[in-house]
Amino acid sequence: MTTRYSKDHEWVRVEGEVATVGITTYAQEQLGDVVFVELPEVGKTVAKGDEVAVVESVKAASEVYAPVSGEIVETNGALEGEPAKVNADAAGEGWFFKLRLSDASELEALMDEAAYKAHVEAEA
Amino acid sequence: MAGQPPETSSTPEDLKRTPLHGRHAAAGAKLVPFAGYEMPVQYRGIVAEHQWTREKAGLFDVSHMGQALLLGPDHEAAAKALETLVPGDIASLKPGRMRYTLLLNEEGGVIDDLMVMRPADRDRDGTLLLVVNAARKDVDFAHLSSRLPAGVRLTPAPSLALLAVQGPASAGVLRALHPDIASLAFMEARELALDGVGQAIVTRSGYTGEDGFEISVPDDKVGELWDLLAADERVMPVGLGARDSLRLEAGLCLYGHELDETTSPIEADLDWTIPKRRREAGDFPGAPRILREIAEGPSRRRVGLKPEGRSIAREGAEIRRGEEVVGIVTSGGFGPSAGGAVAMGYVSRDALGADTLDLVVRGKAAPARIVPLPFVPHRYAR
Repeated sequence: MTTRYSKDHEWVRVEGEVATVGITTYAQEQLGDVVFVELPEVGKTVAKGDEVAVVESVKAASEVYAPVSGEIVETNGALEGEPAKVNADAAGEGWFFKLRLSDASELEALMDEAAYKAHVEAEA
Repeated sequence: MAGQPPETSSTPEDLKRTPLHGRHAAAGAKLVPFAGYEMPVQYRGIVAEHQWTREKAGLFDVSHMGQALLLGPDHEAAAKALETLVPGDIASLKPGRMRYTLLLNEEGGVIDDLMVMRPADRDRDGTLLLVVNAARKDVDFAHLSSRLPAGVRLTPAPSLALLAVQGPASAGVLRALHPDIASLAFMEARELALDGVGQAIVTRSGYTGEDGFEISVPDDKVGELWDLLAADERVMPVGLGARDSLRLEAGLCLYGHELDETTSPIEADLDWTIPKRRREAGDFPGAPRILREIAEGPSRRRVGLKPEGRSIAREGAEIRRGEEVVGIVTSGGFGPSAGGAVAMGYVSRDALGADTLDLVVRGKAAPARIVPLPFVPHRYAR
């Protein structure tokens, strides 16, 4: 099981054909208190780079993009009642959605942990 | 993920700093550009700072705001000069009292909203202290200076800093600096010698809907005052993020959002700032429009909007009734004490009676009700 990262601060964890997607700990720190998450509908097909979800902090709304293409197979309904899970555990319980990969080769364009860390440091 | 406003860890050199900048940075504040200043938007987190202010005492650096003295030969002359530019009653302001009023243009639009304070000290008769918005101070001071009669002048006080202490524990906290502070009434002002700080102008006022105080001291004393206050365990530093969510829940206008040069006080639901004497005399800028709006009702009105769902309508969101655009959101966000989304906006007269309106959030209609302001009851000292 590997975790890859997008330059837009999403993480992708792949198990077989299914990828779980969330935003990174760095991203939630930048957002501040998350107060609302709008999730996609299960069954929707999304292409890499599409806007799939919205995360609202007290400060502002931010789009979450699909880091890879596929079909949404599950969303994290727990975030509707407890959006603060994104702050508390961005890399775990704060996941946003799962999608069935349509092109696993897209994963190769994403960063590994070391590369993402360098990306964050460059941005900061 | 994208869409958030850019965070600024690098400082453009043209941004001004308050005397407390170093303390904010040392306290781990996130600093952002605001009205030409680099200001703390948050320290620990907006929600935590907001709730702490409602429960205990929040400490705010508002030194970016513009302070100035209006100096005349006596109160009557100074008040009369200011009344030509604002619709409030300044003449009847008693020593040691303050009032909220509006600087108006000839069309009755709002150049700025401001506080006007008359010092308690009889020796300073003829002086008024003005506190204006940071982003508007240059405009305001030029407007005032060029319109004052002979014998009355405006002296900006750029070397005065300003702190706000807001929340139910404020009076208890400030009692340690001077025993008389807790006896101030709401909208009362007094010049006091604070322990460890020196001379200060203390007012019981604020911008959160809570009991609280604002303290004006010279730049070179504000660090000591900040340190004394921050050392109290009931006090937490609070940034501009929570200042905005607190004032929004309190239903208070923010210049550049609810107020601008096209908006009249009547549209903004600030009728209460224009007393009977001024209405009868009609002797303030924009009086024809404003008196007509008082008599006939304005074409649009500022209202509170409570979305029924959880999605958050922000500034700029269209307000619709069916397909028809009937207004615009001027401030919107999450209200931690209200427990959900809250907004203010302008709605056209014929849509004010609608049961529900739609706020357009990312292309989708979010139903909302027009509700009385404030969203969270004021708890001023009375």
